[in-house]
Amino acid sequence: MSRVGLHLSGVACARGGRLLFRGVDLAMEPGGSALLKGPNGIGKSSLIRICAGLLRASTGTVERHGRVALTDERLALDMEQPLAAALGFWARLDAAPPGALDAAMAAMALEPLRQVPVRMLSTGQRKRAALARVIAGGAPIWLLDEPGNGLDDAALELLGASVAAHLAGGGIVVAASHQPLPLPTPVVLTMQDYIAAEEEEA
Amino acid sequence: MNILLTLAIRDLRQSWQSAGLWLPVAFLLLVASLYPFAVGPNAALLRRTGGGMLWIAALLASLLPVDRLVAPDRDAGMLDQIALRGIGEEMVVLARLIAHWLGFGPALMIATLPAAALLKLDGTTIGLLEAGLLIGTPALAALGLLVATLTAGLRSSGALAGLLALPLAVPLLIFGAGTLGDGSGAALKFLGAASLLLVAITPFAGGAAIRAGRE
Repeated sequence: MSRVGLHLSGVACARGGRLLFRGVDLAMEPGGSALLKGPNGIGKSSLIRICAGLLRASTGTVERHGRVALTDERLALDMEQPLAAALGFWARLDAAPPGALDAAMAAMALEPLRQVPVRMLSTGQRKRAALARVIAGGAPIWLLDEPGNGLDDAALELLGASVAAHLAGGGIVVAASHQPLPLPTPVVLTMQDYIAAEEEEA
Repeated sequence: MNILLTLAIRDLRQSWQSAGLWLPVAFLLLVASLYPFAVGPNAALLRRTGGGMLWIAALLASLLPVDRLVAPDRDAGMLDQIALRGIGEEMVVLARLIAHWLGFGPALMIATLPAAALLKLDGTTIGLLEAGLLIGTPALAALGLLVATLTAGLRSSGALAGLLALPLAVPLLIFGAGTLGDGSGAALKFLGAASLLLVAITPFAGGAAIRAGRE
Protein backbone atom coordinates (compact mmCIF):
# COMPACT_ATOMS: atom_id res chain seq x y z
CA MET A 1 0.00 0.00 0.00
CA SER A 2 1.67 3.11 -1.24
CA ARG A 3 -0.40 5.91 0.10
CA VAL A 4 -2.74 6.22 3.03
CA GLY A 5 -5.29 8.95 3.50
CA LEU A 6 -8.90 9.83 4.16
CA HIS A 7 -10.31 13.03 2.69
CA LEU A 8 -13.83 14.34 3.08
CA SER A 9 -14.93 17.57 1.49
CA GLY A 10 -18.32 19.22 1.82
CA VAL A 11 -19.98 16.01 2.97
CA ALA A 12 -23.66 16.15 3.81
CA CYS A 13 -25.92 13.36 4.97
CA ALA A 14 -29.69 13.05 4.74
CA ARG A 15 -31.46 10.20 6.49
CA GLY A 16 -35.18 9.59 6.12
CA GLY A 17 -35.71 12.92 4.34
CA ARG A 18 -33.99 14.86 7.15
CA LEU A 19 -30.67 16.61 6.63
CA LEU A 20 -28.44 15.47 9.52
CA PHE A 21 -25.33 17.51 8.81
CA ARG A 22 -23.62 19.29 5.94
CA GLY A 23 -20.31 20.85 5.00
CA VAL A 24 -18.07 18.38 6.83
CA ASP A 25 -14.44 18.65 5.71
CA LEU A 26 -11.79 16.34 7.03
CA ALA A 27 -8.28 15.67 5.77
CA MET A 28 -6.50 12.78 7.44
CA GLU A 29 -2.89 11.95 6.72
CA PRO A 30 -0.81 9.05 8.12
CA GLY A 31 -0.47 9.32 11.89
CA GLY A 32 -3.54 11.56 12.18
CA SER A 33 -6.52 11.02 14.42
CA ALA A 34 -9.94 12.63 14.57
CA LEU A 35 -12.59 12.61 17.25
CA LEU A 36 -16.25 13.17 16.38
CA LYS A 37 -18.16 14.63 19.30
CA GLY A 38 -21.77 15.43 19.87
CA PRO A 39 -24.96 14.19 21.52
CA ASN A 40 -26.88 11.06 20.49
CA GLY A 41 -28.60 11.12 17.13
CA ILE A 42 -26.57 13.97 15.69
CA GLY A 43 -25.08 11.80 12.95
CA LYS A 44 -21.74 10.58 14.33
CA SER A 45 -22.39 7.00 13.32
CA SER A 46 -23.68 8.07 9.91
CA LEU A 47 -20.49 10.04 9.31
CA ILE A 48 -18.42 7.00 10.33
CA ARG A 49 -20.41 4.85 7.91
CA ILE A 50 -19.88 7.44 5.17
CA CYS A 51 -16.13 7.31 5.88
CA ALA A 52 -16.31 3.52 5.60
CA GLY A 53 -18.14 3.71 2.28
CA LEU A 54 -21.16 1.83 3.63
CA LEU A 55 -23.39 4.88 3.32
CA ARG A 56 -23.39 7.31 0.45
CA ALA A 57 -22.99 11.01 1.19
CA SER A 58 -25.91 13.04 -0.20
CA THR A 59 -23.42 15.63 -1.42
CA GLY A 60 -19.68 16.06 -1.21
CA THR A 61 -16.84 13.68 -1.91
CA VAL A 62 -15.09 11.00 0.12
CA GLU A 63 -11.65 9.77 -0.93
CA ARG A 64 -10.11 6.76 0.74
CA HIS A 65 -6.63 5.42 0.17
CA GLY A 66 -5.99 2.22 2.05
CA ARG A 67 -8.14 -0.47 3.64
CA VAL A 68 -10.66 0.37 6.32
CA ALA A 69 -11.52 -1.40 9.56
CA LEU A 70 -14.69 -0.56 11.46
CA THR A 71 -16.20 -1.30 14.84
CA ASP A 72 -19.73 -0.26 15.58
CA GLU A 73 -22.45 -1.37 17.94
CA ARG A 74 -22.93 -4.62 16.03
CA LEU A 75 -20.53 -7.38 16.97
CA ALA A 76 -20.51 -9.43 13.72
CA LEU A 77 -19.09 -12.51 15.44
CA ASP A 78 -20.68 -15.96 15.35
CA MET A 79 -22.30 -16.40 18.74
CA GLU A 80 -21.88 -20.16 19.08
CA GLN A 81 -18.21 -20.19 18.10
CA PRO A 82 -15.34 -19.97 20.59
CA LEU A 83 -13.87 -16.47 20.55
CA ALA A 84 -10.59 -17.48 18.89
CA ALA A 85 -12.41 -19.30 16.07
CA ALA A 86 -14.90 -16.46 15.53
CA LEU A 87 -12.06 -13.94 15.24
CA GLY A 88 -10.08 -16.43 13.15
CA PHE A 89 -12.77 -16.29 10.45
CA TRP A 90 -12.15 -12.57 10.00
CA ALA A 91 -8.38 -12.99 10.22
CA ARG A 92 -8.62 -15.43 7.28
CA LEU A 93 -10.71 -12.96 5.25
CA ASP A 94 -8.22 -10.20 6.12
CA ALA A 95 -5.35 -12.49 5.10
CA ALA A 96 -3.73 -11.49 8.39
CA PRO A 97 -0.19 -12.82 8.85
CA PRO A 98 0.14 -15.73 11.28
CA GLY A 99 0.44 -14.49 14.83
CA ALA A 100 -1.34 -11.20 14.13
CA LEU A 101 -4.55 -12.44 15.73
CA ASP A 102 -2.76 -13.78 18.81
CA ALA A 103 -0.95 -10.47 19.20
CA ALA A 104 -4.22 -8.56 18.82
CA MET A 105 -6.00 -10.75 21.39
CA ALA A 106 -3.08 -10.24 23.76
CA ALA A 107 -3.26 -6.47 23.17
CA MET A 108 -6.90 -6.52 24.27
CA ALA A 109 -6.24 -8.98 27.16
CA LEU A 110 -8.48 -11.62 25.59
CA GLU A 111 -6.05 -14.54 25.94
CA PRO A 112 -7.92 -16.25 28.82
CA LEU A 113 -11.18 -16.13 26.80
CA ARG A 114 -9.95 -17.95 23.68
CA GLN A 115 -12.18 -21.00 24.11
CA VAL A 116 -15.21 -19.19 25.54
CA PRO A 117 -18.21 -19.05 23.17
CA VAL A 118 -18.94 -15.50 22.03
CA ARG A 119 -22.47 -15.56 23.43
CA MET A 120 -21.06 -16.02 26.97
CA LEU A 121 -18.96 -12.85 26.81
CA SER A 122 -19.91 -9.68 28.67
CA THR A 123 -20.53 -6.32 26.98
CA GLY A 124 -17.02 -5.06 27.60
CA GLN A 125 -15.44 -8.34 26.53
CA ARG A 126 -17.42 -8.25 23.28
CA LYS A 127 -16.27 -4.70 22.62
CA ARG A 128 -12.69 -5.78 23.22
CA ALA A 129 -13.17 -8.68 20.79
CA ALA A 130 -14.40 -6.28 18.10
CA LEU A 131 -11.36 -4.06 18.71
CA ALA A 132 -9.06 -7.09 18.49
CA ARG A 133 -10.53 -7.78 15.04
CA VAL A 134 -9.63 -4.23 13.98
CA ILE A 135 -6.08 -4.60 15.33
CA ALA A 136 -5.54 -8.04 13.76
CA GLY A 137 -6.87 -6.96 10.35
CA GLY A 138 -3.92 -4.68 9.74
CA ALA A 139 -5.98 -2.03 7.91
CA PRO A 140 -4.36 1.41 7.93
CA ILE A 141 -7.60 3.32 8.54
CA TRP A 142 -9.47 2.58 11.76
CA LEU A 143 -13.05 3.81 12.13
CA LEU A 144 -14.18 3.36 15.72
CA ASP A 145 -17.81 4.08 16.57
CA GLU A 146 -18.10 4.53 20.34
CA PRO A 147 -15.07 2.33 21.05
CA GLY A 148 -15.12 3.17 24.75
CA ASN A 149 -18.68 1.91 25.40
CA GLY A 150 -18.72 -0.75 28.07
CA LEU A 151 -14.95 -0.72 28.57
CA ASP A 152 -13.54 -0.49 32.09
CA ASP A 153 -10.54 1.70 32.96
CA ALA A 154 -8.00 -1.05 32.32
CA ALA A 155 -9.51 -1.83 28.90
CA LEU A 156 -9.60 1.88 28.01
CA GLU A 157 -5.88 2.00 28.71
CA LEU A 158 -5.33 -1.00 26.44
CA LEU A 159 -7.36 0.76 23.73
CA GLY A 160 -5.29 3.90 24.15
CA ALA A 161 -2.05 1.94 23.86
CA SER A 162 -3.22 0.15 20.71
CA VAL A 163 -4.40 3.39 19.11
CA ALA A 164 -1.09 5.08 19.94
CA ALA A 165 0.85 2.17 18.42
CA HIS A 166 -1.31 2.28 15.30
CA LEU A 167 -0.81 6.03 14.86
CA ALA A 168 2.93 5.71 15.46
CA GLY A 169 2.97 3.14 12.66
CA GLY A 170 1.47 5.64 10.21
CA GLY A 171 -2.17 4.63 10.62
CA ILE A 172 -5.27 6.81 10.75
CA VAL A 173 -7.93 6.71 13.45
CA VAL A 174 -11.36 8.31 13.26
CA ALA A 175 -13.38 7.76 16.42
CA ALA A 176 -16.89 8.84 17.34
CA SER A 177 -17.58 9.14 21.03
CA HIS A 178 -19.67 11.05 23.52
CA GLN A 179 -17.15 10.27 26.27
CA PRO A 180 -13.47 11.24 26.54
CA LEU A 181 -11.17 8.87 24.70
CA PRO A 182 -7.44 8.34 25.14
CA LEU A 183 -6.57 9.76 21.70
CA PRO A 184 -3.35 11.77 21.38
CA THR A 185 -3.94 15.28 19.94
CA PRO A 186 -6.92 14.52 17.74
CA VAL A 187 -8.65 16.81 15.27
CA VAL A 188 -11.94 17.41 17.06
CA LEU A 189 -15.10 17.69 14.99
CA THR A 190 -17.99 18.97 17.07
CA MET A 191 -20.96 17.75 15.10
CA GLN A 192 -23.24 20.58 16.29
CA ASP A 193 -21.23 22.92 14.05
CA TYR A 194 -22.46 21.12 10.95
CA ILE A 195 -26.18 21.00 11.62
CA ALA A 196 -28.07 22.29 8.60
CA ALA A 197 -29.45 25.82 8.90
CA GLU A 198 -33.03 24.69 8.25
CA GLU A 199 -32.81 22.38 11.24
CA GLU A 200 -31.72 25.17 13.55
CA GLU A 201 -34.64 27.33 12.48
CA ALA A 202 -37.13 24.50 12.85
CA MET B 1 -11.40 -18.59 -4.58
CA ASN B 2 -9.93 -18.77 -1.11
CA ILE B 3 -12.38 -16.13 0.08
CA LEU B 4 -15.28 -17.99 -1.51
CA LEU B 5 -14.25 -21.17 0.29
CA THR B 6 -13.85 -19.39 3.64
CA LEU B 7 -17.30 -17.81 3.32
CA ALA B 8 -18.98 -21.02 2.17
CA ILE B 9 -17.48 -23.14 4.95
CA ARG B 10 -18.60 -20.63 7.54
CA ASP B 11 -22.13 -20.50 6.04
CA LEU B 12 -22.38 -24.28 6.04
CA ARG B 13 -21.28 -24.46 9.67
CA GLN B 14 -23.79 -21.79 10.63
CA SER B 15 -26.69 -23.58 8.96
CA TRP B 16 -25.61 -26.83 10.62
CA GLN B 17 -25.60 -25.16 14.03
CA SER B 18 -28.94 -23.46 13.56
CA ALA B 19 -30.58 -26.82 12.78
CA GLY B 20 -31.25 -25.61 9.26
CA LEU B 21 -30.20 -28.93 7.77
CA TRP B 22 -32.66 -31.40 9.23
CA LEU B 23 -35.71 -29.12 9.20
CA PRO B 24 -36.52 -29.55 5.44
CA VAL B 25 -35.84 -33.29 5.75
CA ALA B 26 -38.21 -33.67 8.69
CA PHE B 27 -40.82 -31.61 6.85
CA LEU B 28 -40.63 -33.76 3.72
CA LEU B 29 -40.93 -37.00 5.69
CA LEU B 30 -43.79 -35.62 7.74
CA VAL B 31 -45.77 -34.59 4.67
CA ALA B 32 -45.12 -37.94 2.99
CA SER B 33 -46.36 -39.82 6.04
CA LEU B 34 -49.45 -37.61 6.45
CA TYR B 35 -50.48 -37.77 2.78
CA PRO B 36 -51.76 -41.39 2.86
CA PHE B 37 -53.92 -40.49 5.86
CA ALA B 38 -55.53 -37.71 3.85
CA VAL B 39 -56.22 -39.51 0.54
CA GLY B 40 -56.56 -43.06 1.87
CA PRO B 41 -54.29 -46.09 1.57
CA ASN B 42 -55.19 -46.87 -2.08
CA ALA B 43 -51.78 -47.89 -3.51
CA ALA B 44 -52.66 -47.07 -7.13
CA LEU B 45 -53.81 -43.56 -6.21
CA LEU B 46 -50.73 -42.93 -4.05
CA ARG B 47 -48.44 -44.15 -6.82
CA ARG B 48 -50.10 -41.88 -9.39
CA THR B 49 -50.14 -38.70 -7.29
CA GLY B 50 -47.26 -39.25 -4.85
CA GLY B 51 -44.47 -37.97 -7.11
CA GLY B 52 -46.10 -34.62 -7.76
CA MET B 53 -46.96 -34.31 -4.08
CA LEU B 54 -43.30 -34.84 -3.18
CA TRP B 55 -42.34 -32.02 -5.54
CA ILE B 56 -44.73 -29.67 -3.74
CA ALA B 57 -43.30 -30.83 -0.40
CA ALA B 58 -39.73 -30.22 -1.62
CA LEU B 59 -40.70 -26.75 -2.80
CA LEU B 60 -42.30 -25.83 0.52
CA ALA B 61 -39.42 -27.41 2.45
CA SER B 62 -37.02 -25.13 0.62
CA LEU B 63 -38.86 -22.10 2.02
CA LEU B 64 -38.47 -23.17 5.66
CA PRO B 65 -34.95 -21.83 6.25
CA VAL B 66 -35.50 -18.58 4.29
CA ASP B 67 -35.75 -16.28 7.31
CA ARG B 68 -32.41 -17.52 8.65
CA LEU B 69 -30.44 -17.27 5.39
CA VAL B 70 -29.61 -13.57 5.26
CA ALA B 71 -31.41 -11.51 7.90
CA PRO B 72 -29.40 -12.62 10.99
CA ASP B 73 -26.08 -11.83 9.30
CA ARG B 74 -27.40 -8.50 8.12
CA ASP B 75 -28.58 -7.57 11.62
CA ALA B 76 -25.33 -8.73 13.22
CA GLY B 77 -23.30 -6.47 10.93
CA MET B 78 -21.63 -9.45 9.24
CA LEU B 79 -22.54 -8.29 5.74
CA ASP B 80 -21.18 -4.80 6.39
CA GLN B 81 -17.93 -6.15 7.77
CA ILE B 82 -17.52 -8.38 4.71
CA ALA B 83 -18.23 -5.43 2.40
CA LEU B 84 -15.56 -3.37 4.18
CA ARG B 85 -13.01 -5.96 3.13
CA GLY B 86 -13.72 -5.22 -0.50
CA ILE B 87 -15.56 -8.50 -1.05
CA GLY B 88 -18.47 -8.06 -3.45
CA GLU B 89 -22.00 -8.89 -2.38
CA GLU B 90 -22.21 -11.20 -5.39
CA MET B 91 -19.42 -13.29 -3.87
CA VAL B 92 -21.26 -13.39 -0.54
CA VAL B 93 -24.46 -14.59 -2.18
CA LEU B 94 -22.62 -17.13 -4.35
CA ALA B 95 -20.87 -18.62 -1.30
CA ARG B 96 -24.14 -18.78 0.54
CA LEU B 97 -25.85 -20.41 -2.43
CA ILE B 98 -23.22 -23.14 -2.51
CA ALA B 99 -23.45 -23.68 1.24
CA HIS B 100 -27.25 -23.59 1.23
CA TRP B 101 -27.50 -26.16 -1.55
CA LEU B 102 -24.92 -28.44 0.08
CA GLY B 103 -26.86 -28.29 3.31
CA PHE B 104 -30.26 -28.86 1.79
CA GLY B 105 -30.14 -30.48 -1.67
CA PRO B 106 -28.46 -33.84 -0.90
CA ALA B 107 -30.36 -34.17 2.40
CA LEU B 108 -33.66 -33.64 0.59
CA MET B 109 -32.72 -36.21 -2.06
CA ILE B 110 -31.91 -38.81 0.57
CA ALA B 111 -35.11 -38.07 2.48
CA THR B 112 -37.03 -38.61 -0.76
CA LEU B 113 -36.16 -42.33 -0.70
CA PRO B 114 -38.08 -43.25 2.49
CA ALA B 115 -40.78 -40.75 1.50
CA ALA B 116 -41.18 -42.50 -1.87
CA ALA B 117 -41.45 -45.84 -0.09
CA LEU B 118 -44.24 -44.47 2.10
CA LEU B 119 -46.10 -43.45 -1.08
CA LYS B 120 -45.45 -46.80 -2.79
CA LEU B 121 -43.72 -45.19 -5.79
CA ASP B 122 -42.13 -47.58 -8.30
CA GLY B 123 -38.44 -47.67 -9.25
CA THR B 124 -38.77 -45.68 -12.48
CA THR B 125 -40.65 -42.87 -10.75
CA ILE B 126 -38.09 -42.75 -7.93
CA GLY B 127 -35.30 -42.53 -10.50
CA LEU B 128 -37.00 -39.67 -12.32
CA LEU B 129 -37.80 -37.95 -9.05
CA GLU B 130 -34.18 -38.09 -7.87
CA ALA B 131 -32.88 -36.90 -11.26
CA GLY B 132 -35.38 -34.04 -11.20
CA LEU B 133 -34.40 -33.10 -7.65
CA LEU B 134 -30.71 -33.20 -8.51
CA ILE B 135 -31.37 -30.64 -11.24
CA GLY B 136 -34.11 -28.76 -9.41
CA THR B 137 -32.77 -28.37 -5.85
CA PRO B 138 -30.06 -25.85 -6.87
CA ALA B 139 -32.88 -23.75 -8.31
CA LEU B 140 -34.94 -24.16 -5.13
CA ALA B 141 -31.92 -23.13 -3.06
CA ALA B 142 -31.30 -20.14 -5.34
CA LEU B 143 -34.92 -19.06 -5.19
CA GLY B 144 -35.01 -19.29 -1.39
CA LEU B 145 -31.81 -17.30 -1.11
CA LEU B 146 -33.01 -14.69 -3.59
CA VAL B 147 -36.21 -13.94 -1.67
CA ALA B 148 -34.21 -14.03 1.57
CA THR B 149 -31.98 -11.21 0.31
CA LEU B 150 -35.03 -9.28 -0.89
CA THR B 151 -36.94 -9.56 2.38
CA ALA B 152 -34.03 -9.24 4.85
CA GLY B 153 -34.72 -6.36 7.19
CA LEU B 154 -38.48 -6.41 6.67
CA ARG B 155 -40.89 -7.44 9.38
CA SER B 156 -42.67 -10.79 8.99
CA SER B 157 -40.23 -11.52 6.22
CA GLY B 158 -40.95 -15.25 6.37
CA ALA B 159 -44.52 -14.93 5.19
CA LEU B 160 -43.59 -12.35 2.57
CA ALA B 161 -40.81 -14.59 1.30
CA GLY B 162 -43.31 -17.37 0.71
CA LEU B 163 -45.61 -15.08 -1.25
CA LEU B 164 -42.68 -13.85 -3.37
CA ALA B 165 -41.10 -17.23 -4.01
CA LEU B 166 -44.11 -19.40 -4.85
CA PRO B 167 -45.10 -17.69 -8.13
CA LEU B 168 -41.48 -17.79 -9.27
CA ALA B 169 -41.34 -21.49 -8.41
CA VAL B 170 -44.21 -22.41 -10.73
CA PRO B 171 -41.95 -23.27 -13.72
CA LEU B 172 -39.85 -25.51 -11.50
CA LEU B 173 -42.95 -27.29 -10.28
CA ILE B 174 -44.42 -27.72 -13.76
CA PHE B 175 -41.23 -29.08 -15.30
CA GLY B 176 -40.18 -30.98 -12.18
CA ALA B 177 -43.45 -32.79 -11.75
CA GLY B 178 -43.68 -33.00 -15.54
CA THR B 179 -40.59 -35.21 -15.68
CA LEU B 180 -42.50 -37.95 -13.88
CA GLY B 181 -45.02 -38.56 -16.66
CA ASP B 182 -42.80 -37.63 -19.57
CA GLY B 183 -40.90 -40.30 -21.47
CA SER B 184 -39.08 -37.97 -23.85
CA GLY B 185 -36.88 -36.21 -21.31
CA ALA B 186 -37.96 -32.79 -22.57
CA ALA B 187 -39.32 -31.76 -19.17
CA LEU B 188 -35.96 -32.61 -17.59
CA LYS B 189 -34.24 -30.31 -20.09
CA PHE B 190 -36.68 -27.48 -19.40
CA LEU B 191 -36.15 -28.03 -15.69
CA GLY B 192 -32.40 -27.78 -16.27
CA ALA B 193 -32.88 -24.52 -18.19
CA ALA B 194 -35.04 -22.99 -15.47
CA SER B 195 -32.55 -24.15 -12.85
CA LEU B 196 -29.55 -22.70 -14.69
CA LEU B 197 -31.33 -19.39 -15.10
CA LEU B 198 -32.20 -19.08 -11.40
CA VAL B 199 -28.73 -20.14 -10.25
CA ALA B 200 -27.11 -17.68 -12.66
CA ILE B 201 -29.15 -14.61 -11.74
CA THR B 202 -29.29 -15.16 -7.97
CA PRO B 203 -25.75 -13.92 -7.10
CA PHE B 204 -26.30 -10.71 -9.07
CA ALA B 205 -29.90 -10.04 -8.06
CA GLY B 206 -29.22 -11.03 -4.45
CA GLY B 207 -26.06 -8.94 -4.31
CA ALA B 208 -27.94 -5.92 -5.62
CA ALA B 209 -30.71 -6.51 -3.06
CA ILE B 210 -28.20 -6.58 -0.18
CA ARG B 211 -26.60 -3.35 -1.39
CA ALA B 212 -29.95 -1.65 -1.82
CA GLY B 213 -31.04 -2.73 1.66
CA ARG B 214 -28.02 -1.17 3.33
CA GLU B 215 -28.76 1.92 5.35
